[in-house]
Amino acid sequence: MTATAPRRRGARTTALGIVLTALMLFPVYWMLNVSLTPQQDMRKSPPDLLPLHPTFSGYSAVLHDQLPYLATSLLIGLGTVVLTLLLAAPAGYALAKLRPRGSGLLGLALLIAQMIPGIVMAMGFYAIFLNLGMMNTWWGLVVADSTVAVPFGVMIFTAFMSGIPDELTAAARIDGAGTVRTFWSVVLPVSRNALVTVSLFSFLWAWSDFVFANTLDSGGTLRPITLGIYHYIGNNNQEWNAIMATAVVASVPAALLLVLAQRYVAAGVTAGAVKD
Amino acid sequence: MTLARADRSQRPPAASRATASDAAEGVRRAQRRRHRWTAWAFLLPIVAYLAAFYLYPLYRNLDLSLRHYTVRSFVDGDAPYSGWDNFRQVLHDPTFWPALRNTMVFTLVSIAVQYTAGLGLAVFFNRHFRLSGLLRALFLIPWLLPLIVSSSTWSWMLNSESGVVNYALHLVGVAPVDWLTSPHWALVSVIIANIWIGIPFNLVILHSGLQNIPADLHEAAALDGAGPWQQFRRITFPLLRPVSAITLLLGLVYTLKVFDLIWIMTKGGPTDSSTTLATWSYRLGFGSLLPQFGPGAAVGNILILIALVFGLLYIRVQKRQEA
Repeated sequence: MTATAPRRRGARTTALGIVLTALMLFPVYWMLNVSLTPQQDMRKSPPDLLPLHPTFSGYSAVLHDQLPYLATSLLIGLGTVVLTLLLAAPAGYALAKLRPRGSGLLGLALLIAQMIPGIVMAMGFYAIFLNLGMMNTWWGLVVADSTVAVPFGVMIFTAFMSGIPDELTAAARIDGAGTVRTFWSVVLPVSRNALVTVSLFSFLWAWSDFVFANTLDSGGTLRPITLGIYHYIGNNNQEWNAIMATAVVASVPAALLLVLAQRYVAAGVTAGAVKD
Repeated sequence: MTLARADRSQRPPAASRATASDAAEGVRRAQRRRHRWTAWAFLLPIVAYLAAFYLYPLYRNLDLSLRHYTVRSFVDGDAPYSGWDNFRQVLHDPTFWPALRNTMVFTLVSIAVQYTAGLGLAVFFNRHFRLSGLLRALFLIPWLLPLIVSSSTWSWMLNSESGVVNYALHLVGVAPVDWLTSPHWALVSVIIANIWIGIPFNLVILHSGLQNIPADLHEAAALDGAGPWQQFRRITFPLLRPVSAITLLLGLVYTLKVFDLIWIMTKGGPTDSSTTLATWSYRLGFGSLLPQFGPGAAVGNILILIALVFGLLYIRVQKRQEA
């Protein structure tokens, strides 16, 4: 009797947890449901709560219209990851282990950089890109998107590399490795978790970017998927199953990220906010 | 340690000891200088990057806000200096006070509800029931989705005629609401969507904060006869205060910046009823065929100023917690 009471309470808690999660994820379910609803049922009242007559016409519209946008987003995402890692990893190493005079100020500058509204950066970039002829280029967008990820990346690398024991780098030095060699063959390999976290987030942010894409790449031949959806919505013949199907496809990286790398995601969210 | 012993074994005969130690000192100083140079070589890319892609855009933005730009002078770069004219124009614009008010309401209501819901959920998930890890992971989804995805989903859910929200209201006997098209409800609508996106962030941070509170504190309180609510009020909440401060301030800085969500859902309308400083700045600069870059940049700079006040407060709080 006494042993089953807590177990029953545990089951009740789990049930409550499932209900709360279902409520929270209802919009995601609704996106899926609408993406499978035939266009003629879209404005039906009451709406079908389950996709009883699923159609894949929305998804075939995605295949037809949105593939180039998806490829561009992939390109921009990967480009942003490379640029972010190239800039942030060495900087994190220097701030964590080499600490030259004046580097504290740099850390502060990076913190402040994260607080600047993207819309302000977009306007500044617009003026610069126009003069340099970088408007409507995918690599211009990589540069702009990286400004979101780089300060975050440096912060993650600095925090992670500070935790690497000094004995490890000292041992490398005794074996005759210079600073560069120590960084490349000792520090980077043990910083795998930080590398994964920074790569995941810089990819996701570049993939999700809308502000920079809409200001700096709205007329280009290579436009990202966020603009693909935005133009779908703007069209007058609002085909919501095609819009929602595109939204589902555009959510795939986020879903993959959660399935494959959940602990890195949680680490990324809490980084900087909680010091223990 | 090993290095020091190696030095000693290589020490030369007594006669030349003085000059040798001078030389060693020189070598060490040269090493230190080289070390410093290598360190800055590692930092050079990021410093150059910050100068080119942060400072320079910010400078261009400031420059935009202090000159009288037209489309032509924007391309040629010969706009006349106009001092504080753009700021004056913006401050006297009929949109300024509604935009500032909406920004404040949007930010404060969003973070208040996000924080409360996040805290409640964090306490709930801290009970470590079966599946709690999996469910907590699923809660992250709204935060990870691209904003255009969540914004367009909410737009359709809140659609006046065919939206599922109005259908749910109809089921409980409430008349349909023009969520996105009525000036009374537009701001409420974007706040609801924004709260949905922000809850996971609050949940994750507060949950990790809860895990740093030793469990025996709660056990001791339970032995003393404190109920769950007493435990929360006297132990959990006070001990969570540092993490709460950080969460709220970070939320403030992030929420002030929100642009995508509002722009995609309502474009700030109808008639400025959901316009914030961020969407107003964008509309001035890019929203029409006759762009007003100067005033747009001025609004952007005002927004930076507000964000920096809270940002510096955040840095202060964080520094004090580390000390």
